[in-house]
Amino acid sequence: MARSVKKETAPSQASTQERMEVRLAGSGGQGLILAGLVLAEAAGLYDGRSVAMGQSYGPEARGGASKAEVIISDQDIDYPLATKVDLFLALTQEAADTYSWDLKPGAWIVVDSDLVSHPPSSRAVALPFTATARDKLKKPMVANVVALGALIELSGVVSRRALEKALLARVPKGTESLNKKALSEGMKLAKDFKSSSPLPSQEPSAEDV
Amino acid sequence: MAAESSKTAGKGAGKTASRSGRKGQARLLQGNEAASLGALAAGCNFFAGYPITPASEITEFMSRELPARGDPFIQMEDEIASIGACVGASLAGRKAMTATSGPGFSLMQENLGYACIAETPLVVVNVMRGGPSTGLPTNVAQGDVQQARWGTHGDHPAIVFCPSSVSECFELMVRAFNMAERFRNPVIFLADEMVAHLREKVALPAEGDLEVIDRRRPTVPPDWYVPYKTDGSLIPRLADLGEGYRYHVTGLVHDERGFPTRRADEVEPFYARLFDKVSRHFDELMLTKEYSLDDAEIVLIAYGCTARSCRAAVRLGRERGLKLGLLQLLTLWPFPRQAVERALAGRRAALVPELNMGQISREVKRVNDGRTQVIRHSKMDGTMITPEEILGRMREVA
Amino acid sequence: MPTVHRSVVYDWLRHDKKFPHVWCPGCGLGILLGSLVRALAEGGYDKNQVVLVSGIGCSGRLPVYVDVGSVHTTHGRALTFATGIKLAKPALKVIVVMGDGDATAIGGNHLIHAARRNLDLTAIIVNNLTYGMTGGQYSPTTPLGAKATTAPYGHSEPSFDISALTVTAGASFVARSTVYHVTQLDQMLGQAIKKKGFGVVEVLSPCHTNYGRQNRLGSQLEMMKGYKKQAVRMERWDKLSPAEREGRFAVGVLADREYPTFLETYQGAVERALAARREG
Repeated sequence: MARSVKKETAPSQASTQERMEVRLAGSGGQGLILAGLVLAEAAGLYDGRSVAMGQSYGPEARGGASKAEVIISDQDIDYPLATKVDLFLALTQEAADTYSWDLKPGAWIVVDSDLVSHPPSSRAVALPFTATARDKLKKPMVANVVALGALIELSGVVSRRALEKALLARVPKGTESLNKKALSEGMKLAKDFKSSSPLPSQEPSAEDV
Repeated sequence: MAAESSKTAGKGAGKTASRSGRKGQARLLQGNEAASLGALAAGCNFFAGYPITPASEITEFMSRELPARGDPFIQMEDEIASIGACVGASLAGRKAMTATSGPGFSLMQENLGYACIAETPLVVVNVMRGGPSTGLPTNVAQGDVQQARWGTHGDHPAIVFCPSSVSECFELMVRAFNMAERFRNPVIFLADEMVAHLREKVALPAEGDLEVIDRRRPTVPPDWYVPYKTDGSLIPRLADLGEGYRYHVTGLVHDERGFPTRRADEVEPFYARLFDKVSRHFDELMLTKEYSLDDAEIVLIAYGCTARSCRAAVRLGRERGLKLGLLQLLTLWPFPRQAVERALAGRRAALVPELNMGQISREVKRVNDGRTQVIRHSKMDGTMITPEEILGRMREVA
Repeated sequence: MPTVHRSVVYDWLRHDKKFPHVWCPGCGLGILLGSLVRALAEGGYDKNQVVLVSGIGCSGRLPVYVDVGSVHTTHGRALTFATGIKLAKPALKVIVVMGDGDATAIGGNHLIHAARRNLDLTAIIVNNLTYGMTGGQYSPTTPLGAKATTAPYGHSEPSFDISALTVTAGASFVARSTVYHVTQLDQMLGQAIKKKGFGVVEVLSPCHTNYGRQNRLGSQLEMMKGYKKQAVRMERWDKLSPAEREGRFAVGVLADREYPTFLETYQGAVERALAARREG
């Protein structure tokens, strides 16, 4: 660091389009901070992009609304929180209601189909993350990883290779294959969704206004 | 520089790095983690603390790292005890740190004053949250800026650094230890909840690139040691307890030998030196960064997480044809008067956004002395100031 | 009565510190200072390896006279500074001198936690039943009904038993004596300083200037004579009935036991941490 004055180059004129804002919201204990970490490390350490992750939390270690925000950009990140969310995941109704007010028109909205009965938009993609983790993988706690798999399949926000590397570096030893499976299941949910129903329009529509 | 300095990262700094990622390699780190790593890199080898949101990650980090280096970590019965233990450890030769938030920082004020008068190097982390009292424990705020300056009673110099990013957490923490050792003064590392919990990709500097400063210790034989006699630097040499230099340390005003005195002809020079040892070396302490300031018509002056909002506002404003620039204060105290004066000179206006009711804007106004329009932008709702909020205030600029 | 031998004075008191001391003529703190330097001389300690720490109050001014590293800290916090010094340099002998208000009112929490932690420190608590330096206000050890400048109509609170408190909190060694029982005091200080773990010596010392005057206890000499009458050796104390104990107190060793010290248990944590690192 410079002794007294450090001059930074003027911020580039890069448009804000290169900035991708992801918000993962749910209830304390659903592993959203971990999901955010994995996503941030995938983007930052393995895809080589700039990344910032902020979190908001209440006094509860379990329950209560909790969120993690990951900003991914090709530029240095100045403001480190979301201003217009591009990709929103909600794993509880409360989170869907609380944290959906500043979504970008045309944002990806992904919710857990069993836990969110009233998605914030009719364009929302509702997929059974918790049910898949519980019934197919017999481990309800990997619902967050299933959701991550679906998110990257739908949005391509990070590469699968990067996400898998970041995930395996973070999870406890001995759970690698379970987590890889959870990731695949999530991606499969999203693929099936894409092939069975027309993708929601990414263009802003009247209801976004 | 008169202080002894070296270019190494400090004993054992590499150990942490080798455990959790190679030096120089990018890592995703939380602000509190980066601050802890900075402390270790600067040679921190003593920690005493008490748990508190949002600073507990530092205390937990130290409880993992210090025992593995054979160094002392202790969770004390409260924050008063924590800083007391740090002062004791520092007098015995350790580089000591404690970490807390507003409520604990209030409790520490008593012994912070002791560290000032007994000229004990140490680093106090205060991760600011909403106050007063229990306030908003998990929300961001910047309400302790003036407390960090004037919290303890009596006049005394204060050295306070404030990071706005994860990498600055590391760099400024190294700087905090260096300046504590250099000036024999407590240094306050004033972070905010946002920066402390923010995770960013950072590449820590390689070991050889870090300057680590150690306090000057006496080189004369013990019988010749006059503990508070100084050379031109005005910073006396500090002997470790138990090294043969049997001297007296007290929170009373003392003479050169360390013995209490009430003689006006000894008291006056004592206070004068306490201030002059810092003011004579202001240039070593004043850290600021400029963003697009050269041709700016309107200057933003900010620190901590709010500087991030301002950087975005400068970018967005310039996209819309507003010539904005930012002066980021990394040193809050001593107040970087010269940099602020330069930043204000000839501008149409200055906006000072902060998460309090104007604790730095009043300093800016004091320095400005009525020449430039200075607008305060205060926010106290537990959330960050957004770039759009800042741009919204531009309409008021004449 | 033991005197301070010249060689002890020469070896252990500061040559460059001006006497007379700050205490009132007849104060017990001078006797304690003599006792302490005799105990240190007797124990054969290296002056360079002894650190004296004190808080605020009349007792806080004691370390400055002794030719060791001395740290005069803030009110009630002496034990916290001492904890940092001892952890930083475990080889040092760290001795803490506090008053009753210092150690059991403002510093009460630090005292019980220091005892519980059982770090190798010696706490000398000078109990004069009052705040002497500030003019005779009531302290946690002022007896119920006694007069103080803040209890002009008699004190409304019961008092702490410092020794019993620290025994319960887990100190390795606890003893009580008075500045009248100087031979015993020398011995107890010696034992406490030598003892591994947290050692407490409660030293009753008269404050005739404030406590004695307000409670019409007479001169310093009469208060010392009072100690002679009221003090009962521990072995006898156990056999006294509650009625016989009225107006008297026990002197002697209340606890002398082998508890693991903080440095020993922390060393265990260090070894586990190193083992964990080796395993990666």
